[in-house]
Amino acid sequence: MNHGNSIEVEGLTRRFGQLVAVDHIDFVVPQGEVFGFLGPNGAGKTTTISMLTTLLKPTDGSARVAGYDIRSDSAAVRNAIGIVFQEPSLDDRLTAAENLEFHAVLFNVPASERKGRIAEALRLVDLEERGKELVERFSGGMKRRLEIARGLLHTPRVLFLDEPTLGLDPQTRRSIWDHIGRLRSETGVTIFMTTHYMDEAEFCDRIGIIDRGKLVALDTPEGLKREVGGDVVTVQTPSPADLVRHLERAGIESRLHGDTVLVEIEDGARFIPRLARDFDGDIEGIALRRPTLDDVFLRMTGRTIRESELDDQDIARNRMRRHMTMGRRH
Amino acid sequence: MTTTATPPVTATLSAVRIIWKREILRWWRNKARIFGSLGFPLIFLFVFGSGLSGAMGSLAGGAAEIDFQQFIFPGIIAMNVFFAAIFNGISLVYDREFGLLKEVLVAPVSRSAIAFGKTLGGATVATVQGTLVFVFAPLVGVKLTPLLVLKMWPLMFLAAFALAAMGVAMAARMGSTESFQLINQFVTFPLMFLSGIFFPLQGLPAWMNVVVKVNPISYAVDPLRRLVLEAQGLSQNVLNNLGDYGLGISIGGHQMTLWEEIFIVVGFGLLMNLLAMWLVSRQD
Repeated sequence: MNHGNSIEVEGLTRRFGQLVAVDHIDFVVPQGEVFGFLGPNGAGKTTTISMLTTLLKPTDGSARVAGYDIRSDSAAVRNAIGIVFQEPSLDDRLTAAENLEFHAVLFNVPASERKGRIAEALRLVDLEERGKELVERFSGGMKRRLEIARGLLHTPRVLFLDEPTLGLDPQTRRSIWDHIGRLRSETGVTIFMTTHYMDEAEFCDRIGIIDRGKLVALDTPEGLKREVGGDVVTVQTPSPADLVRHLERAGIESRLHGDTVLVEIEDGARFIPRLARDFDGDIEGIALRRPTLDDVFLRMTGRTIRESELDDQDIARNRMRRHMTMGRRH
Repeated sequence: MTTTATPPVTATLSAVRIIWKREILRWWRNKARIFGSLGFPLIFLFVFGSGLSGAMGSLAGGAAEIDFQQFIFPGIIAMNVFFAAIFNGISLVYDREFGLLKEVLVAPVSRSAIAFGKTLGGATVATVQGTLVFVFAPLVGVKLTPLLVLKMWPLMFLAAFALAAMGVAMAARMGSTESFQLINQFVTFPLMFLSGIFFPLQGLPAWMNVVVKVNPISYAVDPLRRLVLEAQGLSQNVLNNLGDYGLGISIGGHQMTLWEEIFIVVGFGLLMNLLAMWLVSRQD
């Protein structure tokens, strides 16, 4: 085990019957990194997080979290990690401080340190004034922040955040991100998070893109965007197929996407006038932009993340959900 | 390890304590549940009890007069304890529905400790809810002395402990609060009605006689009734021949003693606790 690594994953796999929810993935997360796991719903993000946090047994492969094997040393893993689940998991009828106390005791925080740590955790997420209030009066964003504070109470070495901003309004999402950034700089904790918001992935040091159970890319946000190439030019035309053929003849690769043709090209500014001059068909609009993570995702998977969500309202997700609602079935 | 190593036993006890404390806090903040729990006893004591008291006349004739309301009063206390104890299992289903169970299951705490903490919480709440029924005692002519109350509490708690564990066991694999409620009615009502809460256990039809004696809850009701009625001044003659006066449980001609009955309740409680711990541990 390399001591600089918080998470080491090797060939991790999980099947639900016929479906392979996570398919032999490998990656390493160094200590102190913010690692983002990006993919559409049903891609295998939550399944991966569930295995890394010992809530779900892998079908195959192995992983070490904070130096402990997730299969053979699951109790040690649980002691060394914090988790913020996708779905809320607070007791509404307890106060914020009572929720934290409950957690602190279950995670063996020594009695003498409990009060101090609870106050500190509340401060870190700007809830120090609300400790005595019942959680049922909290807004969605406040509850999320409280859960993040709770995840940090036992000073874990790795904090897992499963879609920490799901269902929150943009402003609240922004503030959650500020808090995550702050706790990372103040505590140095390694953060492993999943998201399907592209803009959020930009906050991460490195991103793994998971699609249909497979890890299809892994790099820094900049590195991923560099792979796409220099610029992205999107062309709108009533005859997109003609345009694709036209570009092909010129030796330029392009992708048809609905009515839009996408071209990844070194120097987009020079390409556009040439295109306008040489192409016989009508052109309704041309846009030039720097590549985004959306382009990366499209390149890696052949679909945009939103499309994936639409066609993948799939069995994967539903099966997963049923499995994860713990205890209802075997 | 991020925390200084706490000895496992201490850690487990702390976990049980905090889970227990949470049950108490949740109960205390739900005033509707506290007051609502007095509805059934009121109806049974004053509607059912008064209505039948004329028809039944006095029991234990020849001794101090024990009328029907006095007779069912300890039964109603037991009923309130049982209802509250089994019902408390719903908090486990609620935790699963509202996500808190995940947070508990991922903690480095044994599942048995989780089940046991829930059971103890439920037993405590149920004992308190049974105690609330004491306020009706003067209205049905039952004298409660501090000594009597001190004797009743451990009995109430033992019964609550067994049934709270049963509630947790029932909830261990249940997905929704609705299905828990439904099963609860299916299980609880027959157990209650066939435990001698509402009628003397003598001269029952043969099949019922068997069911009542197999039902472990009968052995939780009877000691309470004996303690309460004894304190109302039953003559020695009645106490020596309980069976003749519709009191006590006898098996094969043997009149069960108080301690034998308590032994059965404790055994049932241990069994139910093992079952609850096992079922909660089997969650994946």
